[in-house]
Amino acid sequence: MKADLLVTPQQFVWEETFELRSGDQLEGFELIYETYGELNASASNAVLICHALSGNHHAAGRHAADDTKPGWWDSAIGPGKPIDTNRFYVVSLNNLGGCHGSSGPLSTNPVTGNPYGPSFPTVTVSDWVRSQALLADHLGVETFAAIIGGSLGGMQVLQWSIDFPQRVAHAVVIAAAPKLSAQNIAFNEIARHAITSDPEFQDGNYRTQNTNPDHGLGIARMIGHVTYLSANGMGTKFGRELKSGDITSATDVEFQVESYLQYQGANFAKTFDANTYIRMTHALDYFDPAQDNNDNLAATLAKATAQFLVISFSSDWRFSPARSAEIVDGLVEAKKNVVSACIESEHGHDSFLLPIERYFEVLGGYLKRVGAEK
Amino acid sequence: MRADLSIIAKQIEHGARVLDLGCGEGELLAWLQENRAVNGYGLDIDPNNINACISRGVNVLEQDLNLGLGNFPDDSFDTVVMTETIQAVADPVLMLREMLRIANNCVVSFPNFANWRCRMYLASQGTMPMAGHLPNRWFDTPNIHLCSFKDFEELCKELNIVINERFVVDANHKQRPMMNRFPNFFGVTAFYRLTRTTTAGKN
Repeated sequence: MKADLLVTPQQFVWEETFELRSGDQLEGFELIYETYGELNASASNAVLICHALSGNHHAAGRHAADDTKPGWWDSAIGPGKPIDTNRFYVVSLNNLGGCHGSSGPLSTNPVTGNPYGPSFPTVTVSDWVRSQALLADHLGVETFAAIIGGSLGGMQVLQWSIDFPQRVAHAVVIAAAPKLSAQNIAFNEIARHAITSDPEFQDGNYRTQNTNPDHGLGIARMIGHVTYLSANGMGTKFGRELKSGDITSATDVEFQVESYLQYQGANFAKTFDANTYIRMTHALDYFDPAQDNNDNLAATLAKATAQFLVISFSSDWRFSPARSAEIVDGLVEAKKNVVSACIESEHGHDSFLLPIERYFEVLGGYLKRVGAEK
Repeated sequence: MRADLSIIAKQIEHGARVLDLGCGEGELLAWLQENRAVNGYGLDIDPNNINACISRGVNVLEQDLNLGLGNFPDDSFDTVVMTETIQAVADPVLMLREMLRIANNCVVSFPNFANWRCRMYLASQGTMPMAGHLPNRWFDTPNIHLCSFKDFEELCKELNIVINERFVVDANHKQRPMMNRFPNFFGVTAFYRLTRTTTAGKN
């Protein structure tokens, strides 16, 4: 069971100048990616997975048979799973600006020979989509059978359907929003502030100073986790349980939820780059495809030719079902084919990463039809 | 295809924009997509129905009718259809008003509570009628607003809703001569085509 899908990450190198939406440019870039399943002769069975804020290219399988954990969406991707690798050729990459092998703040700037660090330019969702399209060219994929993403990944899917309509047959937008609310941006700003106000952050030059803003990054992740769970879900998971069971012997970390958040924060600080976190949250904040169209989402989506599946989760308050409904209403107004489902779940925004029975029925059922279309 | 759905299908034009409220397993929309090239959407909240629509390739949106249809702008559809559902909604008056706000051509069907079998059942048994088209007992029925054809037509009059056409059929969705003479007695199901104003050429 454990060794059912062994994968090796691959590298795509783009050597030309890449103009960014911010006006900056990159003198080439690298993207790390993985693939699962086989591309068919007509190259018509490719599926692109777009990752969320802290995701990476390692979505499914294991790098070595004794890896303790598989990729972040292994429950959904694999033989016989909703994103069935017997049927589809699945591509998953680490986005530009990431910290898991793609060009980002940790990489060396080819122009200066020094690490980018905080000088890595601001990247946007549309920059990501354009770089993903270059990867698709490299892989010989003209049109994706489906592009799938949750949260910030869902926003990339929307952007794909608008920027490259002919290259997306089906767009699966999960737990996303057409743009962030002021509240969403506020949470991101608190997270960024936690990082930048950590003395170890050193204006983003922590690598050259041999420090790391573990504390700030940990707090940023703790804030994130609070917004990923629902109040009820947290109650069910942790309640008010005391670790020692007794207030007289209370320590600093007494409630189960405190221990959970501290663990998540500390763990994240070890594996994620602070400059990347700042870039990724900015990409989220700036995402607003309807902005150039007088805030008219339907007019923006009019360009799309894909068919859409929009999934939300009942207890998600980060990108609530109402936000998904905005996308659906825009699609209906634009006369696009769309299916929507709101999955009952108490796991909040995190639901999109969980193998919830009805969620997988909807996703798997939809993709089964996509796979039968050839 | 179910006989009732084929009756509705006749009333929908090629390429129309159709909203099906309580679309069930999506049979009507699947047929209309294939044969009338409609741009159709169905609303439902039952997970099994939604799965069935997905495997049929029907645009199904998970939305609870009783929570309102405010997300659909005025006149945003050509036709709104509601089959065998109006008797189960929380506020039938609001529903009819909303349907006619969204499209000036609405098709509504529902079971006739004044059908002779119901009348006989109530008269002889003294309990709430149960029959083929009304299989539930009073406490577990989704049909909380049952009415007769006469009741419905009186309401339409009150609301200034124009009834353009009415088809009265039996349990097999066949039209029979007796039903045209005494619809409210012999009819099992009626299909009404409703508009806000009288359509030229009709009536």
